Amino acid sequence: MAEHKYIGQNYTTPDLVAKVTGRAKYAEDFRAEGMLFTKLLLSPMPHARVIRIDTSAAQAMPGVKAILTVDDMPEPADSVDDAGRVIRANTRAERALTNEPLYEGEPILAVAAVDEFTAAEAIEKIQIEFEPLPFAVDPLVSLRPGGPTARTDGNVWFRPPTPPAQPGQPPPPQPPIDVKDLKWTEEQFAEAEAGRLPMGEVLADQWEYGDLDAGFTQAALVLDETYVTSNTSNQPMETRTAMAYWQNGKVYVHCSTQSTVQTVAGISRWLGVPQTDVVVISEYTGGGFGSKITSAISLVIPALLSKKANAPVMMRITREEEQYIGRARPSLHARIKAGFSKDGRLLALDFFGLSESGPYEGGNDHNATGRIVSLLYQPVAMRFRGMGVMTNTPPRGPQRSPGGAQGVAVMEPVMSIAADRLGIDQVAIRRINAPEGKAPFNGPNPQGVRPHVTSAFVKEALDKGKALFRWEARKARGGTRVGSKAYGLGVAVAAYSGGSVGFDGLFVIKPDGKVYIQSGIGNLGTESVSDVHRVVAEVLDVPWEKCEITWGSTSKHLPWTCVSGGSQTAHAMTRAAYATAMDARTKLQEIAARTLGGSPASYRVAGERVAGPGGSLTLAQAAQKAIELGGKYDGHEAPETVNVFTKRSVAALAGQGLLAVARDVYPRDGVTHSYTIGFAEVEVDVETGHYRVLDYLAVADVGTVLHPRSLGGQLLGGSLQGIGHAMGQKWVYDQQYGVPLAKRFYQTRPATILDAPVHMEWAAVDIADPETPVGVRGVGEPPVGAGWAAVANAVADAVGHDVFRRFPVTGDMILTSLANGRRVTDPLTANI
Amino acid sequence: MAVIRDVMPAFELFQPATVDETLGLLERYGADAWIMAGGLDSFDWLKDRIKRPAVVVDLSQMMDLRGVRDVGGGLEIGALTTLTDLVRHPAVQQRFGLLAQAAELVASPQIRHQGTIGGNVSQDTRCWYYRSGWSCYRAGGNICYADSPTAVNREHAILGASRCVAVSPSDTAPALIALGAEFVLRSRGGERVVAAEDYFVGPDINITQMTVRRPDELLTTIRVPDRFAGAQFYFEKIRDRQVWDFPLVNVASAMTLSGETIQEIRLAVGAVAARPLRLTAVELAVAGKTRNEQTAAMAGELAVDGAVPLRHNSYKILLMQNLVKRAIRGGPMQGEGG
Repeated sequence: MAEHKYIGQNYTTPDLVAKVTGRAKYAEDFRAEGMLFTKLLLSPMPHARVIRIDTSAAQAMPGVKAILTVDDMPEPADSVDDAGRVIRANTRAERALTNEPLYEGEPILAVAAVDEFTAAEAIEKIQIEFEPLPFAVDPLVSLRPGGPTARTDGNVWFRPPTPPAQPGQPPPPQPPIDVKDLKWTEEQFAEAEAGRLPMGEVLADQWEYGDLDAGFTQAALVLDETYVTSNTSNQPMETRTAMAYWQNGKVYVHCSTQSTVQTVAGISRWLGVPQTDVVVISEYTGGGFGSKITSAISLVIPALLSKKANAPVMMRITREEEQYIGRARPSLHARIKAGFSKDGRLLALDFFGLSESGPYEGGNDHNATGRIVSLLYQPVAMRFRGMGVMTNTPPRGPQRSPGGAQGVAVMEPVMSIAADRLGIDQVAIRRINAPEGKAPFNGPNPQGVRPHVTSAFVKEALDKGKALFRWEARKARGGTRVGSKAYGLGVAVAAYSGGSVGFDGLFVIKPDGKVYIQSGIGNLGTESVSDVHRVVAEVLDVPWEKCEITWGSTSKHLPWTCVSGGSQTAHAMTRAAYATAMDARTKLQEIAARTLGGSPASYRVAGERVAGPGGSLTLAQAAQKAIELGGKYDGHEAPETVNVFTKRSVAALAGQGLLAVARDVYPRDGVTHSYTIGFAEVEVDVETGHYRVLDYLAVADVGTVLHPRSLGGQLLGGSLQGIGHAMGQKWVYDQQYGVPLAKRFYQTRPATILDAPVHMEWAAVDIADPETPVGVRGVGEPPVGAGWAAVANAVADAVGHDVFRRFPVTGDMILTSLANGRRVTDPLTANI
Repeated sequence: MAVIRDVMPAFELFQPATVDETLGLLERYGADAWIMAGGLDSFDWLKDRIKRPAVVVDLSQMMDLRGVRDVGGGLEIGALTTLTDLVRHPAVQQRFGLLAQAAELVASPQIRHQGTIGGNVSQDTRCWYYRSGWSCYRAGGNICYADSPTAVNREHAILGASRCVAVSPSDTAPALIALGAEFVLRSRGGERVVAAEDYFVGPDINITQMTVRRPDELLTTIRVPDRFAGAQFYFEKIRDRQVWDFPLVNVASAMTLSGETIQEIRLAVGAVAARPLRLTAVELAVAGKTRNEQTAAMAGELAVDGAVPLRHNSYKILLMQNLVKRAIRGGPMQGEGG
């Protein structure tokens, strides 16, 4: 694929007009005959037990049709993974409704009524009594001797060891996850007084490699720093509204999801119905940032209410409800001991991180933190210890670069301090420690081997960014003051996973000569739903205008597709698209050879024809031939290798033309990761403490550029999300009452468009990843950490490294630090 | 009874077209009536079902209180003039730029299109404890949740606290005080006119109200005299985000100079106390002084005299001091080549 007609070119995506004209229908836009609305009764307390509910007055209201409580919910059920292994259910798993709310705002029951007004009035008529229970809204408070625990039985998850397999027997299933009450000692907490994160016992998440002690002994500089990041709500543009109804035993769910095909399994598991009885409709999704990877468990509420009331049920989620149930990035409390050689090499890194993980599973971001930190700075020796600590705050989930962004945010300031202390340029110290080629990461696996990445061109990206940002020329201004304005320059490297493998592609070339592509990708705003299929047009040399994409409903016969999370899609689904296009090419060649004579290999597919020694067929003619030939050519036979989900879709589409279907079985040496380098210049007003980002550049190492405009959108959008983490976004909880204070969207202060850098640019190194046929890696996640830490580093350059040790870095911190000559911000308390 | 928020309950809605009709409704329903202008403050309260008025008097149909009139060099601003219209008005821009600047920094463009000047000065405090429906002093209870050892009070008061530590959130109020504006309040009983700074009350006077407006009264007009037309103005608002945010501290000043000597000045700050504070001590201290760094520094120090920080807001003292300094100086500290 030397010359590209479509890959690397901008184009108009097939969903654009609908989106900008408002014709696009999101979950909330659907209506069904007899549709009811539901409202939720939310917990007013951080932790309580419901001891009495009397709904009689509510149920007596005309217009109230059904009330759903946790008693109507299926129990958490065991599931089976792809390899047939049983995964034991977590009996403490979130079930969408509860009689023991674990955070303020947790849904307790739902009322279905003819309209929302009636449902709300009905909720006010419900008599409900709570028994308040102890709570914690700060992970460190929970770890203190005698401290409260988020759950009645503990504050940390742990998984008991799997019993050893008996000879000749299949390995026993892992025991279900359990909860422990873990406390650290007063002696360990003594460090907290000095603002240093205590380091007590952690349960499972630890690894190390290399000789840490030797590294610290050799080091010319050893730093020991504590940083705290904030909890940040995902708050995508569209809240997790859902509408559901049942027809002929199937449940139809209009929902907001990042992934179309893989949402089926989640709904099936949550509702306890077979996957074949679940239809997911989600043509447009207003973002998710990781909080809707397979939609949201809350959708079981309208689904089960619909069954109970025997009518379609719409559950519209308000912005404030989204704040409660809409997931968030967990904060990270990190203690970093880092030893550097005099020339800036990171010789030893002892990393200790606590995730504030909320009351349910999810939010154990620290593991990814360890992985990404080990990759980005390639420490010669490293020890990682981490743990999630539960609090009575809303459930956490993945958020764009989960763990990676926090890792970058806490590690980058340490790199900056080291560079300044050692007299090394900020770009240079990152280049010295940058991953390259098949760089190793993480701790060793059970065989003692550290995994490695498919490729890394971080040095190339640093060089490119240094030139584009005119780093050397600007450096002179960094750290200078003009009147009340202090200027600073920052750079930060960031990485995250960038692709998975093994999924399927499916399309049909019909006798009208067009290519009908089935896309199982969710349309969450990244454009990968259509971007990846540019590969089909490229390989077959078909005009893009003749490619029709079908997406957005699992009733439309879609192929098995990766989830759109973890920046997998552009990588995984270009591979699948490539494999499928190659299947089409082979079938076209075979059909031509069978029809026109000669060997298949002597035929070439180009210009909407398959041509060779015996003449040529148009794609239309070949499609007609495929139908006549039947078998594998028109989908009456499907390859064994593809997923059962794909097989069902193939069977449904059989006989309509030349059916191309394939699974990505291309080899891959390494685990795919992508990288972004952020460069920022800030201007800090030392009389107010407030600052603005004057200039920002993101340089991506994400393999071959697939769709420049969408890549630019991801790089700048992700960077701005990170810049918001640097500048203002956070949660605020009252420690005494355990309830949130920043409840309104504006109070949580994500970045606004006027907080965006005055100038913002992006670039890409555009070097193909060697381990994937199209060369493309994912991009969604690494920009967050790059934007976040580049701005933080620039602020430190402007006013000194000592003004902050926690995020967001707000004006009050800068002002008070400068005025007092030392930090006065509370160092460790969560959610202030 | 279970609590639900975020869904508006039922109420009787009136949409009067004239001032007389409105005053009639206010007389009839008194404290049971909720006056709604742009709705930006009201909808939060109503949707949260914390304020449960029986009657809402929606002023959106009342066209005669919209618009700015040029009156002998001064202005008469209808209370229902939107902030956008105020910002765009030529006389406001040309002669009373202080008010234009303040109004333009309110919230976001969408909110300024909908929000009115009357609503902006009359809005309730945004203390997040009070707005969550907690039964604090301001809500008629007997505790201030924001002033406890564990409270999160980064955005609360450093001056004028009296049991309650909430702050005034308005950006236009300090500007109107600095311009010497007067507020016209009408009721069936007649009309009274109060100086801008007297429109607002602190918790020491009335802990449940932010203004002196009685339930039967309507704020109809804001009069801006010509006294400071075209004077030296300074407005600055510091907020966490550059759009859609309330002030952490704001400052407004109007100054007349003779050469470099300050002849007359009016100066007010917002978001540091429950009412926007006119800093008369500073005004007196700097009048007749040369406008220089020394005077600015003295003004800054004097301004925060008596300020008491809460656990998380000592920065507000520094910020207020520096903003007052800037107001006297006329801007941020300038440097060599700046």
